[in-house]
Amino acid sequence: MIELDGTDHGILRALSRDATLKASEVGRRVGLSQPATWRRIKRLTDAGVIAGRRLDLDAAALGFGVTVFLGVKLATKSRVSLEDFERAISAIPEVQTVELVLGLYDYRLRVVARDLADFERVLRRRIMTLPSVGNVEANVLLSEEQRPGPLG
Amino acid sequence: MLDDIDRRLLRHLQADPGQPMGALAEAARLPLASAYKRLEKLQTSGVLRGQRAVINWRALGYEVEVSLRITLDKTNPRAFDEFLAAARDVPEVIEIQTFLGRVDARLKVIARNLKEYQQIYRDRILNLPHIADIEALMQVATIKNSVSLPL
Repeated sequence: MIELDGTDHGILRALSRDATLKASEVGRRVGLSQPATWRRIKRLTDAGVIAGRRLDLDAAALGFGVTVFLGVKLATKSRVSLEDFERAISAIPEVQTVELVLGLYDYRLRVVARDLADFERVLRRRIMTLPSVGNVEANVLLSEEQRPGPLG
Repeated sequence: MLDDIDRRLLRHLQADPGQPMGALAEAARLPLASAYKRLEKLQTSGVLRGQRAVINWRALGYEVEVSLRITLDKTNPRAFDEFLAAARDVPEVIEIQTFLGRVDARLKVIARNLKEYQQIYRDRILNLPHIADIEALMQVATIKNSVSLPL
């Protein structure tokens, strides 16, 4: 496992806020030269600590007004039904994330839709029709924030 | 407002955010100058708020990820605000969401191991204000993770 110091933490903090920053600008913030910063960013990327970038989009402005989290309990549990469910659910474009969890539910899904009517269509026609789906709980997302995490 | 070309541009950018402008313009079948112009407009109008580096906490030794689904004591009108403010002060909380539904809020908490998790849970989480009930879901595997929008 990779060992990080305070400077690495500073670099990660800066890039998790704005991944488009140039190495020179990141370096200025953590007090390092451009080449030294670039080497550290490369090391963090090679070690898999920086796992890529994601766009921060205003989903509502793009016409996606509703995000719903679904807790899904499978009615039948066998290796085949898990694999079938995972394959079928992952193929639905509105389903953004699929997590296998331990606890009250078997899967946790993040579903994005244009509005509640559109969400209902996805739920009824695409999700509830999957053969192994049992109990489903829905929670509509009101707000969301990503935190910097334990970086120094 | 947004047109199909904007959506196409964002779809290609979303698929590979780090790609050079030239490659993006070509993928979206746009002249370089108009790709620049459209992207700038999407930024100034706030549709594209930015790009964030994704940190893989597992690569940093954080093996445990737990979703805490929290019901708040809503008899206190300040419950949401005070709970959220206090949750922001816990470094191991990497995501905070609020909901309309059976649960009020969800915290994503990471820890290096179960022992450390137990300590965070006891010392920090249980001390957060206005909690009426907590349910924990432990994440076992991520089957699909595309924060992408189906543009």
